[in-house]
Amino acid sequence: MTIVEKPRTSVPLQAEEFAVVGKPLPKVDAEAKVRGRTRYADDLRLPRMLIGKLLRSTRPHALIRRLDVSRALELPGVCAVLTGRSLPIPYGILPVSQDEHALAFEKVRYAGEPVAAVAAVDEETAERAVGLIEVEYEDLPAAMSIPEALAPDTPRIHGEGEGPNVDRVAALEFGDVEAGFREADHVREDLFFYGGNTHLPLEEHSVLASWEAEKLTVWSSTQVPHYLRRALAKVLELPTGGIRVVATPVGGGFGGKSDPFPHELVAAKLAMVTDRPVKLTLTREEVFYTHRGRHPILMQVKSGFTGDGRITALSFKNILDGGGYGSFGAATTYYSGALQPTTYRLPAYRFQAVRLHTNKPPCGPKRGHGTPQPRYALECHLDKVAEDLGLDPVELRLRNAIEPFSLTVNHLRITSCGLVECIEHVVEASGYREKRGRLPRGRGVGFAVSAYLSGAGLPINFDETVQSEVHIKVDQGGGVTVYSLAADIGQGSSSVLAYVVAEVLGLQPGEIAIVTADTELTPVDLGSFSSRVTFMAGNAAIQAAEKMRDLVLEGAAEALEVDVERLAIAGGRVFALDDPERGLEWKQAVSAASASQAPLFTGGIYRTPELAGPYKGSGVGPSPAYSFTAAVVELDCDVDTGMITVDDVWIAHDVGRAINPLLVIGQTEGSVYMALGEALLEQQSFRDGLLESTSLFDYKSPTVLEMPEVHTHLVETIDPEGPFGAKEAGQGPLLPVIPAVANAVHDAVGVRIDEVPITPEKVLKALDLAGKGKLGRVGPKAMPEFDFREPRRVSPPAEALP
Amino acid sequence: MTSRLLSELVVNGESYGVAIAPQRTLLEVLREDLDLTGTKHGCELGECGACTVLVDGEPRLSCLTLAIEAEGREITTVEGLASETGLHPLQRAFVELSAAQCGYCTPGMLLTAKALLDANPAPTRMETKQALSGNLCRCTGYAKILEAVSLAAEGMGVRR
Repeated sequence: MTIVEKPRTSVPLQAEEFAVVGKPLPKVDAEAKVRGRTRYADDLRLPRMLIGKLLRSTRPHALIRRLDVSRALELPGVCAVLTGRSLPIPYGILPVSQDEHALAFEKVRYAGEPVAAVAAVDEETAERAVGLIEVEYEDLPAAMSIPEALAPDTPRIHGEGEGPNVDRVAALEFGDVEAGFREADHVREDLFFYGGNTHLPLEEHSVLASWEAEKLTVWSSTQVPHYLRRALAKVLELPTGGIRVVATPVGGGFGGKSDPFPHELVAAKLAMVTDRPVKLTLTREEVFYTHRGRHPILMQVKSGFTGDGRITALSFKNILDGGGYGSFGAATTYYSGALQPTTYRLPAYRFQAVRLHTNKPPCGPKRGHGTPQPRYALECHLDKVAEDLGLDPVELRLRNAIEPFSLTVNHLRITSCGLVECIEHVVEASGYREKRGRLPRGRGVGFAVSAYLSGAGLPINFDETVQSEVHIKVDQGGGVTVYSLAADIGQGSSSVLAYVVAEVLGLQPGEIAIVTADTELTPVDLGSFSSRVTFMAGNAAIQAAEKMRDLVLEGAAEALEVDVERLAIAGGRVFALDDPERGLEWKQAVSAASASQAPLFTGGIYRTPELAGPYKGSGVGPSPAYSFTAAVVELDCDVDTGMITVDDVWIAHDVGRAINPLLVIGQTEGSVYMALGEALLEQQSFRDGLLESTSLFDYKSPTVLEMPEVHTHLVETIDPEGPFGAKEAGQGPLLPVIPAVANAVHDAVGVRIDEVPITPEKVLKALDLAGKGKLGRVGPKAMPEFDFREPRRVSPPAEALP
Repeated sequence: MTSRLLSELVVNGESYGVAIAPQRTLLEVLREDLDLTGTKHGCELGECGACTVLVDGEPRLSCLTLAIEAEGREITTVEGLASETGLHPLQRAFVELSAAQCGYCTPGMLLTAKALLDANPAPTRMETKQALSGNLCRCTGYAKILEAVSLAAEGMGVRR
């Protein structure tokens, strides 16, 4: 194992020394939310505003032979109609996947793809106009599944000709995996399938665009104002400086509002064409088709173990069903292999992945981005290995657990790591060891672990050298304003900024004004995804606040005639350390500082350290710090109906430090909820190229009645590079819950459901098979024929280092 | 142009004269004619509970209620929950426990919970769950919401 040198930092302060950090304070925007005063995108309205509507394809795969908008244009009240020709420049979130058009260009690749757009004086007129647009399609055979996408005679969804619809491939091998399998006492291979599901934010996507004096302003429900502005500039051929993007408070994101979307580009274009503001809000059905959710992945896992439960090698083969366009898929393909080594010491590791195009709404990032699927496969596989070896599944994990301050086999730098503490806590609290295999039939416990990023180490575009920048201004009345582009999507990022700045300046969060998510007013932040905001914007805010603190202290030192080193700032005062009576109120200190230190304006930045490993393809996976999680699920599985009722979830999460434990617990509980939805209920299925579930009745998600008791425990490992030692909390806790459910089902009724979601039908089928003396398992039976690329061979770090 | 009915709606104790096309829902009229955008829409089909308001004290899905049906009845939206003396105990509890994450389901949750506590000041956990089972939340896992309702009930009990 390679040891990473601990970065040299000042000794972390103890929690009891903090005035704000670590306290269960309310969020800064909570009162507006409970009063119904938070203005989401669809709550906005401008004078002379028009309403935009999209015409969407009813065909999964077709050529557009004729598109006639004349009748729509003639309808009184219609101000503009757009087609693909109006917006011909392609775009996409990733530089390598500029494959989308705001409106379909000659061809549609999934049902629901926008084909034309209308702006009219009101919603009814806009809807009628959309109905008057005539489209003639020439249908093409559609690929609606992995086997169909791989078939040699399927027409290419992108490009010409036929053959497998391959979008992206990734293949890396660290160390000698085959040698590891040869050395092993026990080799096991399993297949798993993780079905697709969607974010289902309660707020339907909405955008308002205005074009005034050659300047475009776009208010949108987006997690990524920075990337939306880039896409708008490209597609509309406007200078970036001429575009202002405001991310309105997001009513649920979960990754689903992380791409620039057709409705945003279209609303902007309609505003420019009509010279009037245009609002475009999606219906619930449109939100389902907009998607960008969880990739279905077919996975083959193989591992070698010594007889005493030490892993010798691990390999993964993944086939991702990507849908009609690239979206974040190139990254997802790598994420399907990158994070497995973050929890275990692996002597050798290989992953080969391919992302296919299918004629379905594009998949993208959903909470955990590409990692819940392989984590489910890995943790279920390890449960089976433990059973083969006659070992306790917990013991198997502990024997292979990654250690703090080490490098993984794929060169990821692990810093603080509370994995073992997390495991020990949930096992103890749940009574897992006493319960496993000993509960009555129909009742079971399951266990799993995971790790996740605190922000992607590398930005999406190479020119993005600063991940996050925060500015602070102090006015003459002592008012403090923090400026950041970070978009609050309910996770509490604005509150975190207020907490850390208040802590550094010795103030209360309520005394800090927060201006966020406006490209015109705030410096850059790359967006609310990859669990990056607390870590990156938080660090930038601390840096800016420390500079401001120093300015105020300098000013106060002169006024008080005390050496600046002998001054402290706390409780709204600046005072002499050896004579606390001698001091200035914050406002007086600010006055003194503005006399000598003006302007009272500071900035902080966060750049990730150099983290990418020495190989091509190392850009996905590095993060300045990883969170770790362990979970135990206890459930009831009815052998007659197959119905699963989860009663308790024990979850321990290494968050580094909880800047606000209330918010961290909230993220953990929300992650458990979303994981249970994915594990048991939520699935995206298709019929005749169309989504089967486009309403909340049909797409089942857990209500309050399905939620178990969640017992959350926070582990604080105080990461040396995190803001006050903090790491992420928004995504990691989702990961172990899904495999823990599957493992608990096995403990309860002895069958293996190697396919998510774990529905009653699958449980009954597996029980039926077991009853007939066959293998009690439901899941994929074979990997389809596919020639995975030969992996690029990379030496593990221990060998690479001198 | 569809014909409109001149109507009077009483919302949060204030009377509004509005011309309402008969097919317009209470949700649309509240948001678009009265600028009371605190009431949210998540599906327009009565599936998510985000648009819940109180009509004569009873929770109603405003997306499935025609505005003209509500004429002459007392409508309460989230904007009318706080009083001059401050936040309603439910609002205070939601703030204190961070039971609102993205906040989008919050208005509907608050009004559903208010109707529950008005009818049953000390509900059991299961009674609270049943009352809230028509209100979807994708952020919180419902845990903090249940705690907040319980905290508010305790607070209101003490005050009595």
